[in-house]
Amino acid sequence: MRLRDELEGIYAILLKDLKAYYLKPPNISWGILFPIVLALAFTLRNPRGLRDLAPGLVAMAALFGTTSMEAIVVTFEKRVGALERLYMAPLTYTSILLAKVLGGAVFGGFISAVMTLLCVTLLGMRISHPLLYVGGLALSLIALSSLGALIAFSVREVFEAQTLSNYFRFPMIFLCGVFIPVGSLPLPLRVVAYMLPLTYTVELLRASTLSLSTCPLLDLAILILFSAVFLLLTHRAMGRAYG
Amino acid sequence: MHSIVVEGLTKYYGDLCAVDHVSFTVDAGEVFGYLGPNGAGKTTTIRMLTGLTRPSKGRAWVAGYDIIEETLEVKRRIGVVPEISNLYDELTVWENLEFISRLYHVPRAERHRRIGELLKLFNLWDRRDTRFRRLSRGLKRRAVLAAALINDPEILFLDEPTTGLDVVSARSLRGLVGRLREMGKTIFLTTHYIEEADQLCDRVAIIVRGRIRAIDTPENLKLKAGVKSILEVELSDRPPASLLERLRGLEVEVDGREIRVHTDDPQELLRLLVEEVGRSGLRLLSLRSRPPTLEDAFIDLTGLSPEVMRREKGI
Repeated sequence: MRLRDELEGIYAILLKDLKAYYLKPPNISWGILFPIVLALAFTLRNPRGLRDLAPGLVAMAALFGTTSMEAIVVTFEKRVGALERLYMAPLTYTSILLAKVLGGAVFGGFISAVMTLLCVTLLGMRISHPLLYVGGLALSLIALSSLGALIAFSVREVFEAQTLSNYFRFPMIFLCGVFIPVGSLPLPLRVVAYMLPLTYTVELLRASTLSLSTCPLLDLAILILFSAVFLLLTHRAMGRAYG
Repeated sequence: MHSIVVEGLTKYYGDLCAVDHVSFTVDAGEVFGYLGPNGAGKTTTIRMLTGLTRPSKGRAWVAGYDIIEETLEVKRRIGVVPEISNLYDELTVWENLEFISRLYHVPRAERHRRIGELLKLFNLWDRRDTRFRRLSRGLKRRAVLAAALINDPEILFLDEPTTGLDVVSARSLRGLVGRLREMGKTIFLTTHYIEEADQLCDRVAIIVRGRIRAIDTPENLKLKAGVKSILEVELSDRPPASLLERLRGLEVEVDGREIRVHTDDPQELLRLLVEEVGRSGLRLLSLRSRPPTLEDAFIDLTGLSPEVMRREKGI
């Protein structure tokens, strides 16, 4: 009974967030335009060799898709007192947190799906292991969305969340193998790269599209670990607000 | 039977003691007012009782459940109207209530019937498809009150329910609170409107700087405070010195041709006034006797002016 109540609460919050925020026309159009512009920019600059870059582009779409809107949604709700409406309800903090993370993951999944479609049609990306691709992307979306939640629940204002997100997002683009293979980075940067979740997203997507000989199970396990740590830290941040 | 039991509840924010060892009980079906100025600790108390803030010390039971150990059980049995109308701007009134009903696990079969009943009770049926952000302040408060009742709670917490409303909307909302009392709900109401507490509450606690100064029925508070009746007299001219001399020892305010006298024996004062006014050749133009109000008791008990409270709230 209790579990069913919690699941119903998670589902209700997820549906509400999708309806009230994520699926608004401006966000849908951003979700479609952002991957198109990104894919076109790379295609026009360097039409050859983009198949290698495609998994990185999908990873980037997942990163921005999950963290951007989620940070706005959580901090906005905090500001107008709407988040407190959720705290008033007979739901655990865990359920509220999971609902918020799922919202970010679903929106990130939508943008990643558009990017995948573009990479397959425009850049010739081939998904050799669809199950690994979908599973790896789904886990990545949860991990990245959990990171977004950690940032959003730790700050007060929308601009603070955006600034803090960028401290993580931009280094990740350059260090996690999106453009430059992690193996070719100097050792100190390689160490930093392996401490960032996007590195494992890129590795998983590469493994499932380019059939590279990396161990996907380790990547999957590390993403689960990242998700758990981010969720735990966010839960603590929510608890601090309870005082 | 007590719906709320509070024992030594205390909340510190750093070094600041927002609520200082407050203790009280609220009976089932009672409308309990929590009256005090801005920053007195009213909202902090409500936040602790509704599981939104963890107390630093003390214990409390709401609907028989411990607010710290059994927070979810407490939340299942209460409805909360916070100071700000925090439903979702982008959802319609119906969608908001449907969402809240899911959060409170209202059975699917009952959900639509209950939402319909509440919308009709609060005269919001015609606005059910209007987005929340398009409602007036008064209608927003009604929608928030409807949302607080979606789980048919035993106890309702109303935090400054009429703040910021125009006179008509505030009166209408007070009428609704009266109907909820008739429905047998226990109501915990914080307000800085003294007349609101006087009008709605069975008992009132006066809280100042985190401490409860007095708890009793409005009538007993007036008696306890030793507040006197006030006689307001308008004369045909300024009061002569002989009249003021006769009133020496009483609390007298003179404003031109009007005098206001505080007395615990209005009959004797009236006799004296008529006699002295007649002797000085003046005429009594008007005479009003006003019984003590809760506002008078509040001033006496706290030393605070109600005007100060209203100014603090920006009203």
